[in-house]
Amino acid sequence: MKFLLVEDNLDLANAISSRMQLDGHVVDNAANLEDARAFVTTEEYDLILLDIMLPDGDGREFLRQHRASRLDTPVIVLTARSQVSDRIGSLDLGADDYVTKPFDHAELEARCRAVLRRKSGSSKSTIEVGGIIFDPVAGHLTVDGVTLSLRNRELRMIELFINAPGQVFSKQKLADRLFSYDDNVSDNAIEVYVGRLRKHLEKSGMKITTLRGLGYRLDHDD
Amino acid sequence: MRYLIALVLLAVPCLGWADDWEDRLIFNESAEGPRLRVISSTDTVLFAPVIEGFVAENPRISVEYLVSGTADINRRVRATPDAFDVIISSAMDLQLKLANDGFALPVDDVPVPHWAQWHHSLFAFTSEPATIVINRTAFEGQPIPQTRQSLIEALRKRPEEFRGKVGTYDVRQSGLGYLFATQDARASETYWRLMEVMGGLDVRLYCCSGEMINDLADGSILVAYNVLGSYAAVRAEGKDALEVVLPSDFQTIMMRTAMVSKATPEPKAAELLLRYLVTERPAVAEEASPLPLLQRNDGSDGRETIGLDPALLTFLDGLKRTKFLSAWEDAVIQ
Amino acid sequence: MTTSPTVSGSLRNRLVVTLIGGAAVLAILLFLTVRSYAAKVAQQGQDDILGASVSSILDAAALRDGQLEVDIPYAAFSMLSTPSDDRVFYAIYQDGEFLSGYEDLNLADGPIEGRWAFQTGQVRGERVRQVSASRKLVGLGRQTEIEVALGQTQDALSDTLDQISRNAAYLGIGFFLLTAALSFWVTSSTIGQLNKLTNSVTRRGPQDLSPFKKPVPKEMAPLVTSLNSLMGRLDQSLSQSEDFIAEAAHRVRTPLATVRSYAEATLHRVEREDNREALKAMVRAIDESSRAAGQLLDHAMITFRADHLEREDIDLVVLIRDLVQRLIPIAEMKELTLSLSGEPSVPYSGDSILIQNAVRNMVDNAMKYAPSDSAVEITIIAHPEPQIQVRDSGPGFPPDEIDTLTRRFERGQNAVGTIGSGLGLTIAQDVATAHGGSLILKNRSKGGACVILSL
Repeated sequence: MKFLLVEDNLDLANAISSRMQLDGHVVDNAANLEDARAFVTTEEYDLILLDIMLPDGDGREFLRQHRASRLDTPVIVLTARSQVSDRIGSLDLGADDYVTKPFDHAELEARCRAVLRRKSGSSKSTIEVGGIIFDPVAGHLTVDGVTLSLRNRELRMIELFINAPGQVFSKQKLADRLFSYDDNVSDNAIEVYVGRLRKHLEKSGMKITTLRGLGYRLDHDD
Repeated sequence: MRYLIALVLLAVPCLGWADDWEDRLIFNESAEGPRLRVISSTDTVLFAPVIEGFVAENPRISVEYLVSGTADINRRVRATPDAFDVIISSAMDLQLKLANDGFALPVDDVPVPHWAQWHHSLFAFTSEPATIVINRTAFEGQPIPQTRQSLIEALRKRPEEFRGKVGTYDVRQSGLGYLFATQDARASETYWRLMEVMGGLDVRLYCCSGEMINDLADGSILVAYNVLGSYAAVRAEGKDALEVVLPSDFQTIMMRTAMVSKATPEPKAAELLLRYLVTERPAVAEEASPLPLLQRNDGSDGRETIGLDPALLTFLDGLKRTKFLSAWEDAVIQ
Repeated sequence: MTTSPTVSGSLRNRLVVTLIGGAAVLAILLFLTVRSYAAKVAQQGQDDILGASVSSILDAAALRDGQLEVDIPYAAFSMLSTPSDDRVFYAIYQDGEFLSGYEDLNLADGPIEGRWAFQTGQVRGERVRQVSASRKLVGLGRQTEIEVALGQTQDALSDTLDQISRNAAYLGIGFFLLTAALSFWVTSSTIGQLNKLTNSVTRRGPQDLSPFKKPVPKEMAPLVTSLNSLMGRLDQSLSQSEDFIAEAAHRVRTPLATVRSYAEATLHRVEREDNREALKAMVRAIDESSRAAGQLLDHAMITFRADHLEREDIDLVVLIRDLVQRLIPIAEMKELTLSLSGEPSVPYSGDSILIQNAVRNMVDNAMKYAPSDSAVEITIIAHPEPQIQVRDSGPGFPPDEIDTLTRRFERGQNAVGTIGSGLGLTIAQDVATAHGGSLILKNRSKGGACVILSL
């Protein structure tokens, strides 16, 4: 997926970019509206993350122009303002959703996925690994010609594995990505989700291998 | 009642008065309330029922009724205004002049028509025509003259029969006579011709209607001119000999008037009597008193009531009176 | 919140008093003018008659054989007859010597100019209008002058004047009443314009700072202009302060977001448990403070909106469905199901932003306590009153704390002590109160909490 991030704070932009790249997305970063306009005219994006307060103007103005030029790229607004008043204005101008700074990356991801799903229903590009086809937007996993509907945490776990085949994920890392900071997560919970995934992956030619003491890894079922 | 009055009348001369009143009578003498002194030109016989009606209604008030001639009344009132409470007279001009000169006490809210009062001071309560009274014996077999003109002709036709036997007021003495004469003279020249004819017949002159009618009744005179209708009617009653003629050419109608003296010490009682005369007498005493009631005559049928207005002062003017009297004397006294 | 202005006098009273005072003065002037004119006319009428009468007397004077004769015509006095029976006095003098009539009526003082001399004086205690006139008579070798004074009281004249005065007074009073009524009408229609403006200012919503465009009378234009300029400045300063708050929030929250992002990224790389705990605590602290700040701002905004409650016709179902849709991503993250049930449509008149905010806080609260893989049920009912119920299957409210929580809402307006999780329900409670409803907290018999927003 290709994202455009319009954010003038470079630190934040870097943090968001690196996190998005971790999930396998490509992120272009525009530090002001001018750059953003240039990016939009030359590239095609799946999603735009838009800050409101930019050095050369109001992000909402960009949003208005964007919608006026009949581009239907989904836009998620990143706002530092209080919830109610700003939010309404952004939505009226055609934003698909908003996230209030500071935000939980998991929430941002969830919103991005929800917006993309709402807009297009499915990804233009699906990921094929072995015998499985994965649609990250629709949340569908097709195994042996049968499309399975995954639950949210199962979806995010398979996404992690598929984006980095052969990489070992510790229980801790998986928990960090699957649960938010105020959830109390037991090691047992990860094992439950891994168990469920394994069930889904039967007959797929892929399997999740347990590396004792280290974690889990997605492997071809030889 | 007549009997009672007759008794009183008989008694009157015996008492003898300091003032030479024609008549004097006290009604309801025993009343402890105020005593009204009424000076009037109306004979007691005619007026007594009215006063009796009044004292019957107001038993606390006694009334001293004094009778005198109209001219005399005028003189007395001017001389001693505080000696009388109510002034009643048939000489409208003299009454009006008294009121105009300030001898009358205004009385408000007396329910009379405007033409029957003057300046809330002088109030009319009868309407009485001047009449010709004829002793029928003089016209046996002949028509009784109904107009002044026919009277003139009748007198001229038989001068010897009528010589010394015609009578009228001496206008020099009688206020009412003067009023009638001046009004007649104003109305028609016939008056002067009649006076000349009567003067030629050695007319007998009277001060008062009463005497004139007395003489008519006993045949001393045969014709009396300008006699008050009310007096004539009383005398003609039961006496077929007398004929009261209301002249059909024109009639002069006088209104008897009353006023409260400005100097009266009893204004309340005097006012009561005045109101009684004007308002209650017509309702209760018509039968009892021969005085006719007030009635409107606007002159449309040749009967004209003498108006209560300042014009009445005209003939009372000294110069005018002198002139009129000299004309009258020229005509009557030959 | 609203201070009453210092009131000094009343424009309406001042207008009414001025107009009515003017009307009264005019009415009195009218009365006096009419009366004095009428008096003049009436006096002229009496003088004319007196003049005619005296000249008829003079005309009747003649020298006969050297002797003066005055044959007063009957009409001379007859014409002096009046409705009030005025008394008449006259005196005839020949060469200054009294001849006839009333001796106490004197001739006019001084020479008689022209034909007639009029004067007003007292005769026999009465006010008398008097005319004096003279005529020269020439006979055989003799010349004499006749002088006549004629007086008349003025009862009829004063009766007429009284009547005219009465009518003039009625006219004046009528004029006055009419003008007074008119001035009341004028005043109220003038003040009405002010009231109209006042109403349109009062009726405006708290956010409406746009200039007044409705036409107003010319005299009110400066007021409206300065009002508009005041509103303009107010609008500007409001948006300036809004901009300032937005700028401040941006400046604070963007670095916080950066810190949080780095902390999160670092967490993924760090293995040591104590370092991880430190980073987690850091992230939690950032979340806590940013949520508290957001809720404080929301609470302030809600308190403001509740003071100036703007009701509009809304459908609660549509409103809550929108809200639920926006919350689904978060619910999914937690493996929670949000279910919306109840009436297909519940029309209501209220503030949509406030209600949405309240329900959002209720659902947030429920999602916080709901166990994984459970459902948060949102039910909207219309009867007996519109209600939004949010149920979860979490631990429920501690039974001994339900009352405390309720009490905490009561002093929620003084928010200093109630930062944190309690503020969410406090906001819901405030919204319910502003709409004349209530917030009910219950524990479900099957376990879990139930919060009911009753409007």
